[in-house]
Amino acid sequence: MTVDAPAATDDRLVQAGLAKKVLTRPEFGSIIGAVAVFIFFSLATENFFSVDAMSAVLNPASTLGIMSVAVALLMIGGEFDLSSGALIGGLGMTMALLTANAGLPVWLAMILSLALAVGVGMFNGFMVIKTKLPSFIVTLGTFFIVQGAGLGFARLISGQTTIYLSDEFANVDFAKWLFASTPFAGIRIPVYFWIAITALATYLLLRTRYGNWIFSVGGNAESARAVGVPVNRVKIALFVNVSVSAWLVAMFNTFRFESAQIGTGVGSEFEFIIAAVIGGCLLTGGYGSAIGASIGALIFEMVRQGLAFARWEADWFKLFLGVMLLLAALLNAWVRSRAQRAMS
Amino acid sequence: MKGRIWVALVLALVLVVSACSSDDSDDTTTTAAGDTETTASDTETTAGGDSQVSQTGFDFDLIFHDKDASGTFWGVMKNGFDAACDAWGASCNMIGDPDITKQAALVDTSIANAVDGIVLTLPNADALRDSIQRAADAGIPVVTINSGSDVFATTAAIGHAGQDEFIAGQGAGARLAAEGATNILCPIHEANNAALQARCAGVEAGATGATVNQVQIDVANLDAAFETIKTEVSDESVDAVITLNPDVSIRARDAIAEAGSSAMLATFDLGEEVLNSIEAGTILFAVDQQQYLQGNLPVAMLALNIQSGLVVGGGLAVLTGPGFVDASNVAQVKDGVAAGTR
Repeated sequence: MTVDAPAATDDRLVQAGLAKKVLTRPEFGSIIGAVAVFIFFSLATENFFSVDAMSAVLNPASTLGIMSVAVALLMIGGEFDLSSGALIGGLGMTMALLTANAGLPVWLAMILSLALAVGVGMFNGFMVIKTKLPSFIVTLGTFFIVQGAGLGFARLISGQTTIYLSDEFANVDFAKWLFASTPFAGIRIPVYFWIAITALATYLLLRTRYGNWIFSVGGNAESARAVGVPVNRVKIALFVNVSVSAWLVAMFNTFRFESAQIGTGVGSEFEFIIAAVIGGCLLTGGYGSAIGASIGALIFEMVRQGLAFARWEADWFKLFLGVMLLLAALLNAWVRSRAQRAMS
Repeated sequence: MKGRIWVALVLALVLVVSACSSDDSDDTTTTAAGDTETTASDTETTAGGDSQVSQTGFDFDLIFHDKDASGTFWGVMKNGFDAACDAWGASCNMIGDPDITKQAALVDTSIANAVDGIVLTLPNADALRDSIQRAADAGIPVVTINSGSDVFATTAAIGHAGQDEFIAGQGAGARLAAEGATNILCPIHEANNAALQARCAGVEAGATGATVNQVQIDVANLDAAFETIKTEVSDESVDAVITLNPDVSIRARDAIAEAGSSAMLATFDLGEEVLNSIEAGTILFAVDQQQYLQGNLPVAMLALNIQSGLVVGGGLAVLTGPGFVDASNVAQVKDGVAAGTR
């Protein structure tokens, strides 16, 4: 990512052909991978190619995808967030404690838990910027803090580790409609959020100045700063975006499952990163795509549910999962290198 | 050159996948009675296709709340499930995820996959109620097992096989108190499992005159659990430990020995090493919920319900425990553990 090399000006102004534009996009390989995985399970299983199966894959893929898009933006900006998974459970527990135990109205609990999410994101961002420690370590700390605080407060306040919401709190019309409805063909509302968020993030990355800032802080923070990009502000905003996405997913879980449970989301943080990487993000930052992260999430969930559809001996499940993900990643990398060579 | 290596790698992995899957697709085609062949490896399914006798041809999925059946406990449950499926000529798959949202997603997948019946552990009835209802609406009977004997009746499940955790805890607590325990440590190894809380609460209710202290450990990190328990029993006033998992009990046994504590030890659930320790006198007794039954009984409950509309339990849970294993009956139980049924 060169932002400030004047010599490159001529190259940058050259209009690329449509084929080249498509083939050299970060997400191109993942699209091929998704199609391959879809065809594979459609042939290998009896029921994968059906409307029911589509909702069985899309529903869990939606929350994974929403998180993966936010994590992809953060990774393009050059940082990691390992606290994102645990935060989903922590914020759900916050909702439950504020309503079921403290008796606050649902809308107020939503605002307070959202404020907490913003706070955690800002904490992550400020810590990374002020301490100059790698975000891998800082957010690993936050990961444990969120997990421990969630359990500690849950046990202290309620004496429970699973809190059930009574109808008074769980069946609030606007929240039920906004977070837990199923408008059409078994496709739950988070899927629509997922599509909208992916479109929004893609527009942001490719069509706005802010998107250029994200690429530049992840590509080379010092040069970005030199040309006037507010590096710290961008990075903090990206961390906050991840936490707020975790809040959104926590709302989906809370109102769908009418309960909050300690441990929800823990371990998912790596799935978010994996999905982003399958979708073309580089671990080193400065390169990637939002739509790719969404396709990465779709691949991950197609493999996970597809293996359940196939009903192969479950003892081998993790082996199949690993092999399929490696295959998808290999295909992705292979397609990308071929496409770039063919076009250059 | 580099391109060829990529292709070779991809091909090798494809071969691994298809090789692994081909024997299993044999199973699927033979047991799915009356179905025409639809699996990917059609060409390979003919060999050995007639060797298995299929009886019911039902497809049953068991969906539990752990990452896989690698632990002692789930492994025995899987043995029970597989044995019953063999006996009924059913095709069975046991799959799990500790995250409740993902467990619910697996139930939805089983429904979309049009299986004939679902066996489901119930760590959180509220979270799974909707999915169980959807299965029932689709005409797929659900039997819940393991956790949740007190709440399964609020779902659309046709029955439940499990242990009432509070009652089991009470029995264990009473026994510890009778042995003279006054300060009991109860390590909780899965923070999100309400059944474990119920066990500790039961111990507290049953152990008259004793105090019970919980401590949080992680069954996925037994080395850390060992250190935590060792620190706790270094306090000499702790005179009893009751663990809630066989793998944890072994670490607790070692932690008690290494800390030089004289605390007595009891545990929930069995394992080979637990029984050796009961024989050696380092573990006083084990509470047995007979999880083999929790895997085994639901297959009959589902098959009989599908075939004849029969319902087991009359709306109440079928209790698979508690049984107690101590020095008096350990030899008999050991034979069962070696056979994978206890």
